[in-house]
Amino acid sequence: MTSFATATRLIAEREVKSFLRMKGTWIGLGVILVVLFATAILPKVLDTPDKVATVGPDAARLLAGSGMEVRAVGTVEAAEKLVRDDEVRAAVIPDGRSASGVRVVALDDTPTDVVAALATAPPVDLLDRSEVDKDQQQLVIQVFAVLFLIFAMGGAAIAQSTVTEKQTRIVEILVSTVPIRALLAGKIIGHALLTLGQVAVIAVAAPIALSIGGHGELLSVVAPALGWFVPFMCLGFVLLASVWAVAGSLVSRQEDLGSSMGLVMMLVLGPYFAVAFFADNATAMTVLSYVPFSSAVAMPVRLFAGEAAIWEPLVALGVLAATVMLIVLLASRLYSGSLMQTGGKVKLAKAWAHAD
Amino acid sequence: MLKVASVSRSFGDKQVLDAVSFDVRPGRMTGFLGANGSGKTTTMRIILGVLAAHGGAVTWRGEPVTQSTRQRFGYMPEERGLYPKMKVAEQVVWLGQLHGLTLAQARANTERLLAQLELSDRAEDKLEALSLGNQQRVQVAAALVHDPDVLILDEPFSGLDPLAVDIVLAVLRERAAAGVPVLFSSHQLAVVERLCDDLVIISEGVIKASGARDELRARHGSARFELVVDSDAGWLRDHPGVRIVDLDGPRAVFDLVDGTRADRDVLRAALGRSGVRSFAPVVPTLDEIFKEVI
Repeated sequence: MTSFATATRLIAEREVKSFLRMKGTWIGLGVILVVLFATAILPKVLDTPDKVATVGPDAARLLAGSGMEVRAVGTVEAAEKLVRDDEVRAAVIPDGRSASGVRVVALDDTPTDVVAALATAPPVDLLDRSEVDKDQQQLVIQVFAVLFLIFAMGGAAIAQSTVTEKQTRIVEILVSTVPIRALLAGKIIGHALLTLGQVAVIAVAAPIALSIGGHGELLSVVAPALGWFVPFMCLGFVLLASVWAVAGSLVSRQEDLGSSMGLVMMLVLGPYFAVAFFADNATAMTVLSYVPFSSAVAMPVRLFAGEAAIWEPLVALGVLAATVMLIVLLASRLYSGSLMQTGGKVKLAKAWAHAD
Repeated sequence: MLKVASVSRSFGDKQVLDAVSFDVRPGRMTGFLGANGSGKTTTMRIILGVLAAHGGAVTWRGEPVTQSTRQRFGYMPEERGLYPKMKVAEQVVWLGQLHGLTLAQARANTERLLAQLELSDRAEDKLEALSLGNQQRVQVAAALVHDPDVLILDEPFSGLDPLAVDIVLAVLRERAAAGVPVLFSSHQLAVVERLCDDLVIISEGVIKASGARDELRARHGSARFELVVDSDAGWLRDHPGVRIVDLDGPRAVFDLVDGTRADRDVLRAALGRSGVRSFAPVVPTLDEIFKEVI
């Protein structure tokens, strides 16, 4: 006699095994890792310092410490020739009429980085300094939103495997053997583990890539917010996974899957875009940090920025957990109602009515 | 005993099963016979809990069938289905575990079954790499791996070549001999005729006949005999209580006129005239019974 728990474990095990055996799984993960390493390392490799020709001691002094490769030449003509020959990005020559005492010569566009290096910025005092600067906050939003996307899209595999079972008709054997809810639970757990595994691989690879690329400081920026991100992410995944499963159970053939996946895609992409667009709008972010689906990204970001009180994530987690329970109940009813129906696409109302 | 008692079911306005009742007895192969669309598959799905009955009940050993009793059932659905990308043995072992076997039991049973079904050399292949006939044998293995208490097989022989039919049949007979009730459906009368002990005939959702095959034959057969003698059998035309069906030299087929028991008289008369080569009742084929009851 197989208990509910054993059935769930067996289903989950099979999902994990068959997923790991697919070539696409490894290709996908490989692509993510390659992109990760490329974005972290390539800028450092490709970023060669600008070459600048200088005439006279003033120019040389102003550019000292700018990190640019300076070639001192004797005359303005020689410097202009270097510019024309594309040997240097720009030339800095003396000019008595300019306030800074120098003039920049370039070929066909203004060399902003050279100009910036020559400019003297006045000191700035911020009266209302936020705990983290905007760039860092933007970065954390991006990291969380992308992780959320990876997690959420991982759930699409649940829809895939559900349709496969319907299409091959093995579902009839499964349903006559184990409770349908064990089938659903096994799938969600199996794919949650798979997605967590992939995120873990990325979590190990990212610090390595960042330190090779010389971005070690980014890590210390993101790390504090991760602690809150994990529980939100896990609950958020279960929420989306059950919706994915319903999307899969509504159709009978792989080819029809696209039609039922649209709504789920919106639920996945919605939070991603909403948080990215409203990052600067404190009110919108506060709302988003309580709305299930988007709270997984928005609340950790607000915590990171020091904008949320300590009770807020707990309330948001509670709201999320309650939604998960509700959605899982709804989803398992829809899933059981539509799983045994074949033919075209099953209407939601019909699936609801058919649950035994 | 598996008992189907007044099970009804409709899809929308269409009633597909109307108070269907029959028994599947332990240790017997019960053939479930009916035309396409007569309700065989629906009945089987209801037994397996894949569909809900709108009325009536299915009981096993006197208790209503539940999820946990059903786990000890073996089922081969009409529309075959297993995971195409899973290896044959791995898949059967997994289904065994799902039905409650330990890993070791499931492995042992799988090995034994695949050997019996002559699939041992394909154990490590992916299912989709096998021919359809071989995939069907795997399907049989999948239904049997957990040594089920009850076997429900929807068209188990369709798509099998004669050799494979014998292999599968041997496996099923072995289970029936061990006391397992086996219900299998078919629309191929000849196959059922050869294989079943009991028979259930369904037509348009109504059970038309059920019981032991031989009993049904006796009940539905007319009192028909065949007589072969040494010389011409033409004298039979004038014998009282006899209606000739076919007469061809020394061979005669005849029906007894209702209510009479003239068969002994005929034999006595034949023996008195010349040598008798054979004298036997003509047993109706299932085909004839089938056409008669539906």
